Amino acid sequence: MTDFLAALREHIPALLVIVPLLAAVIIPFSPAPLRRRGAAVSLLANAAALALASALAWEVFRLGRVSYRFGGWAPPWGIEYAVDPLAAVMLLLVAFVAFAASVYSGAAASGEITAEKLPYYQSASLLFVSGLSGMVITGDIFNLYVFIEIASLAGYALVASGRRRDALVAGFNYLILGTIAATFILLGIGYLYMASGTLNIADLRERLPHIYHTKTVLTAFAFLIVGFSIKTALFPLHIWLPDAYTYAPSPVSALMAATGTKVGIYAMIRVIFTVFKPEFNASVVPMKAILIVLSSAAIIYGAAMAIAQKDIKRMLAYSSVSQIGYIILGAAVASQHSLTGSLLHMINHALMKACLFMCAGLMLMSTGAEKVADLRGAGRRMPLTMAAFTAAALSMTGIPPTLGFVSKWHIGLGAVEAGYWAVVPVILGGSLLTGIYFWRVIEPAYFGAPPQSGHKNAEGGAPRWALAPALALAALGTLLGLAAHTPAVGAARAAAELLGR
Amino acid sequence: MTELLHPALLLVAAAAAVPLLPSRAGRALSVAAPLAALAVCLSAPHGSWAGMDFFGLRLSPWRADALSSIFGAVFSLMGVLGAVYSLHEKRSFQRSVGLVYLGGALGITLAGDLLTLFVFWELSALAAAALVFAGGRPGSGAAGMRYLMVHMFGGVLLLSGILLRAAGTGSLEFTSMTAELSSPASWLILGGFLLNAAVPPLGAWLPDAYPRASVTGAVLMTAYTTKSAVYALIRGFPGAEILVWLGALMAVYGVVYAVLENDARRLLAYHIISQVGYMVCGVGIGTQLALNGAAAHASAHIIYKALLFMGAGAVLHTTGKTRLSDMGGLWRGMPVTMGLYMIGAMSISAFPLFSGFVSKSMVVSAAGESLLSGPYLLLTLASAGTFLHTGLKLPYYMFFWRDSGTRGHEPPRNMLAAMGLAALACVLIGLFPGALYARLPFPCSYEPYTAAHVVSAVGMLSFTALGFFMFLRHLDPVPSMSLDTDWPYRSGASAFMRFLHGPLGRFADLLRGAVLEKLPAGLSMASENPRAFLRITALEARLYFSTPENEAVLQERLDAALEAYPGEVYRYRPVGSTVMWIILFLLGYLALYYLAG
Repeated sequence: MTDFLAALREHIPALLVIVPLLAAVIIPFSPAPLRRRGAAVSLLANAAALALASALAWEVFRLGRVSYRFGGWAPPWGIEYAVDPLAAVMLLLVAFVAFAASVYSGAAASGEITAEKLPYYQSASLLFVSGLSGMVITGDIFNLYVFIEIASLAGYALVASGRRRDALVAGFNYLILGTIAATFILLGIGYLYMASGTLNIADLRERLPHIYHTKTVLTAFAFLIVGFSIKTALFPLHIWLPDAYTYAPSPVSALMAATGTKVGIYAMIRVIFTVFKPEFNASVVPMKAILIVLSSAAIIYGAAMAIAQKDIKRMLAYSSVSQIGYIILGAAVASQHSLTGSLLHMINHALMKACLFMCAGLMLMSTGAEKVADLRGAGRRMPLTMAAFTAAALSMTGIPPTLGFVSKWHIGLGAVEAGYWAVVPVILGGSLLTGIYFWRVIEPAYFGAPPQSGHKNAEGGAPRWALAPALALAALGTLLGLAAHTPAVGAARAAAELLGR
Repeated sequence: MTELLHPALLLVAAAAAVPLLPSRAGRALSVAAPLAALAVCLSAPHGSWAGMDFFGLRLSPWRADALSSIFGAVFSLMGVLGAVYSLHEKRSFQRSVGLVYLGGALGITLAGDLLTLFVFWELSALAAAALVFAGGRPGSGAAGMRYLMVHMFGGVLLLSGILLRAAGTGSLEFTSMTAELSSPASWLILGGFLLNAAVPPLGAWLPDAYPRASVTGAVLMTAYTTKSAVYALIRGFPGAEILVWLGALMAVYGVVYAVLENDARRLLAYHIISQVGYMVCGVGIGTQLALNGAAAHASAHIIYKALLFMGAGAVLHTTGKTRLSDMGGLWRGMPVTMGLYMIGAMSISAFPLFSGFVSKSMVVSAAGESLLSGPYLLLTLASAGTFLHTGLKLPYYMFFWRDSGTRGHEPPRNMLAAMGLAALACVLIGLFPGALYARLPFPCSYEPYTAAHVVSAVGMLSFTALGFFMFLRHLDPVPSMSLDTDWPYRSGASAFMRFLHGPLGRFADLLRGAVLEKLPAGLSMASENPRAFLRITALEARLYFSTPENEAVLQERLDAALEAYPGEVYRYRPVGSTVMWIILFLLGYLALYYLAG
């Protein structure tokens, strides 16, 4: 038994990717009785992944960086899985949100996805999670590409699984743009391999500085940045995102908005700071200025478009464009504080956006509300849903003492520190706009009179197990805000490590 | 563990518990929690606790010294009074929000660093906005929205200032910033403070929001937002010269508007601006006497102003009326309310033996001692105006005048009890000022009851009263508020009034319309079909500059375009163009990198 446990412990990094992958294969190919219980299998697999991610995080925080050699081949020839504290936290975040989303979708998916598609939906969402975990954990840049493709292909299918025809078009658009992005990333990786002869990230980091100025490396970097800009939906290459999140079923929107773009940004940060060294961005290429301008534009444009939306989910989707701007802005400024804020905002946005999309799904299920205007009096008709929505909205806006405030504070402080004063009004103005678009929902919900028929509490219309994860996410986000010190210290250490200090 | 006794934490916890408890226990807790906070504020030794580290910046959420404990104690006392006053209220929501509001105010007074200050600043703004929303009066929702937007804007000013200061000095400690008034950081912070202190022209939110808040909510609002800003000014900008004139002008400005106002609670709201003017002026003078005066006047003011708002609220509660021209003769139905209101009125008018006298005269004396003759005259003028409208005009029209037929009756017992307690406090402070003086931030040897002070006060008050009653018959039967005694500022005031109700009011409506209705509507129209939207905009612009010849043609094309809008929606088209954008981006990046590399 102890031998088995020891072996298990040794192989945690691999199992983290393999468990959801296996479950994804099992569900659609199993006999009918098991297929019908796909939700339970997916829940189980996600619970196992969450347990594994927790164990791994525990190990990393206790003993430091964990390195795993796939198949026993030593790097740089074999594929290495490398887990430092930042990666451990990201894995935990992905596993946690995926678990919450699978609880939610177990109760809510049948309302938005037809029965015959359900097993494929469950399989695709497990593939998606497996791909994301792989993207975080891998220490090999080609392997990174493989996992990006796994996650993306699953993502296209997930978006297209919605009941409305629009979902197909949205999924198709996402497929085209996502494939271009993946191709660009692959080309970038190819050029890097051509120039350096290695695919291991740690190895690349050592070899690249000698050839930073060669055209091959510069071309590789340009391909990678454009590819990741599409994947992370950085303005103005965000076109696929609003349609995809609006027409996807709400469990899919919750999962993808929370984890998909976040892991994309994580990979982008890894490429910018770990594959290349911070000096490369600081002195060789003018990356900083471009990304700062684009992300500032994203903050304002996304928030303004969110104000314009009548559809709740579309508003949340544009809100994502704006919040992604914040995260990338912090990373682009690349000072100690701003990068800390960026990492914190990644966590904040993941938890809160998942909660918000779940609330949007709950509103649809309990009262049929899809438009902002349908929410008059919702505070009385669905008190718990609106409470979770409000808590998440406060954190997104950055009202103290939420985590959103701590993260925006750090981004702002970092920008001033690095001398980018002009960014401060963008950060605070973006917060003000965020307040406006959420207030447009909250005000009628709490202070507006409900429609004639709707005085009764309608929360019973939604399955209870769909409400629980939304409340849990809101509570966790609020708690993290109140005890922001611990995550903030962790993020600061991770930022220092990324910046090579 | 003592950190958990932080009054703000206590109150927020109580606020969370109130709606969950049975009705009676909730009511008891809403009184007990501010009492506990009062005990903590009075008994906690001076010093700083619960310090923590925020990335090399030191936070000290609990710093107690003489200044913070006097403000904390008065805020808590006010919390008790407000809770008693609202005991009859059935909804637990207001009780709960009131406790959060008090928690925010206490958090501000105990904050030893700017970041903690900001956190509680926003908390109290949210709570106050909720009280306005819960008002249930016509226009409460819109006023609450305006309140929230103004204070969010103030919060942005404050936070930008704090950010710049933290990045510049590496410290968040909340101490005097008067010496650094040249830096933009200090100006931004000062702007945030002044907005909450309702200094004109940043103060239009106050008379807008307070009359529309609920009866019980307004009582708390009069106490916390402006006075916590006064506290922040005493702490952060003592002796900043600009505040002397701002404060003196503010004192007169508030009085002018109060004299012209017909709505009882709006009149009292303008009067807050005037009284806060005394405090701001005291902060600007910056001598020990002046700062003591500002703190003392804030303490006395909180209690008598609450008493006045409670009186007006009691009238509104029992008669449903708030306009002076609808009232009259109410003394028959509610003599006790009238008597208690009059104690508040005498306090605010600085009658000797009442609380206003012992505090207001400190500020006026400080102005005199510092040889600031202009502010001294303005403050004295405002004193006369104060008595005129709160002490004479409002009670006269509300309780006496003609018999309007509205009888009214005494309000619920809890309301009377709260008013009685407040009135008792006003008299006690007036009779025994030593107890208040002993708690002031600086050692105080001020003696209010000198022959000169008393004689000049009585003289001024009696001449004002004489003037009021002499011209009284000219006022009947319509309360047109054109008293002869106000001739020096009447003409200017009415012009300003027109400005306030005309352009300024329209501007406020425009802003609200633009932010909440026009902007979303325009954006959503544009997002439905951006190309057609651009075309329509271009056509409109060309029509604007058109020559007579082509005007008709353009008008026709514009009509056709508007008719067809939004037409074919371009939602699915962007993929093709996006691919082009991607290629352009790649080429752009490559070119830039090649050039730089």
